[in-house]
Amino acid sequence: MASPIAPGRQLVSATMLTVDQLAATIGDIADPEIPVLTLSDLGILRGIDLAADGHLVVRITPTYSGCPAIDPIRREVERVVEELGPPDAEVRMELSPPWSTDWMSDDGRRKLLDYGIAPPDPAAEPGCALLSMPARCPRCESEDTREVSRFGSTPCQAQHVCNACLEPFDRFKTLR
Amino acid sequence: MSATATSTSDVALYALRLGDDALILAQRLGEWSSMAPELEEDIALTNIALDLLGQARFLLTLAGELEGSGRDEDELAFGRGEREFYNCLLVEQPNVDFAHTIARQLLFSTYQLALYEPLTGSADSGLAGIAAKAVKEVAYHRDHAVKWSLRLGDGTAASHSRMQDAIERLWPYTHELFESDELVERLAVGGVAVNPAGLCDSWGQFIGATLGEATVTVPETSWRPSGGRRGEHTEAFGHMLAEMQWLHRSHPGASW
Ligand SMILES: [Zn+2]
Repeated sequence: MASPIAPGRQLVSATMLTVDQLAATIGDIADPEIPVLTLSDLGILRGIDLAADGHLVVRITPTYSGCPAIDPIRREVERVVEELGPPDAEVRMELSPPWSTDWMSDDGRRKLLDYGIAPPDPAAEPGCALLSMPARCPRCESEDTREVSRFGSTPCQAQHVCNACLEPFDRFKTLR
Repeated sequence: MSATATSTSDVALYALRLGDDALILAQRLGEWSSMAPELEEDIALTNIALDLLGQARFLLTLAGELEGSGRDEDELAFGRGEREFYNCLLVEQPNVDFAHTIARQLLFSTYQLALYEPLTGSADSGLAGIAAKAVKEVAYHRDHAVKWSLRLGDGTAASHSRMQDAIERLWPYTHELFESDELVERLAVGGVAVNPAGLCDSWGQFIGATLGEATVTVPETSWRPSGGRRGEHTEAFGHMLAEMQWLHRSHPGASW
């Protein structure tokens, strides 16, 4: 009996935002650990469901199980939803399917590189097994780089160093 | 519902066992913070701890919800006594030195990966989702442990002897990992749990091959300590728990 909600439908809210506008506002929230990336760059805003009775659910997913950024992110999403959404809206953590770096937008990958962090491998084409590519130095673009440690300053990064310009740099680990 | 319908309290207890394994190992690894032999390893061990802590939070939250008596992840982590923890004895063993920590990582992450891979197909969607998320992280933890096991075991005379000692000291605690009991058997019939008895062979093959390459000898022991799943722990556990819980117990409900 429940009919699917058209994404452009108006919310029951004093601000008269549409679901799309609310999604855009939430999607623009910055990641507290790598602030050049937004939630939509990371691909961790899974969706917004508006039920026929007006009940709104925002679904987000963590990058890594223990990512410390997820608690502040969740609080910020709750704050935005409380301010702009209908009353009694809910923010839900959704684990399935598990997040991978294939969810990261091309825009996000570009912003990471500009910020000095080597982005993860491009998203895999369906049915095509990709070999992991060497990290490209964000400073001189050389591919002559080596991994120093598989772990870095956040759960999603590893430490590399460039053999050409000797600059150490972080890489956003490819996770599939 | 079918004859094999699983009881919610069974699933809650099973989630608690898995969550306690992850929580207690996270706490042990966290003890390395600022004390590891090199900066990269300090970061690596605490990152692994963070992954495990995240898994523990999901599992304890799930256990609390299924239990239905209002206990959240914090209450379960900080409010239970020693006899109410159901982690295996291996994860609570002290760090001793870097070789012991790596040996414990190798033995446990190989087991956890073998367990979580089939758990991704659990009939309980909550457990399946947590396992699918964790399995990628655990594969990474095992790679780290294998790399260091080879480097220490097949390294200098000093690193080899430490690695050999560590495996000898921890080996007896591995038998418990593959023990089954009525709870697990009931849940395995319903497709919710993975019976660990079936994981022993593949685990043994992987560990045997890795230690062989690391020139470390697998010890033969007849001592098989067990009891963690029933809340019976080794001496070191109480001390660890006191440190983990004292702040929360001294200031109940405090936040910042
Ligand atoms: Zn360079």
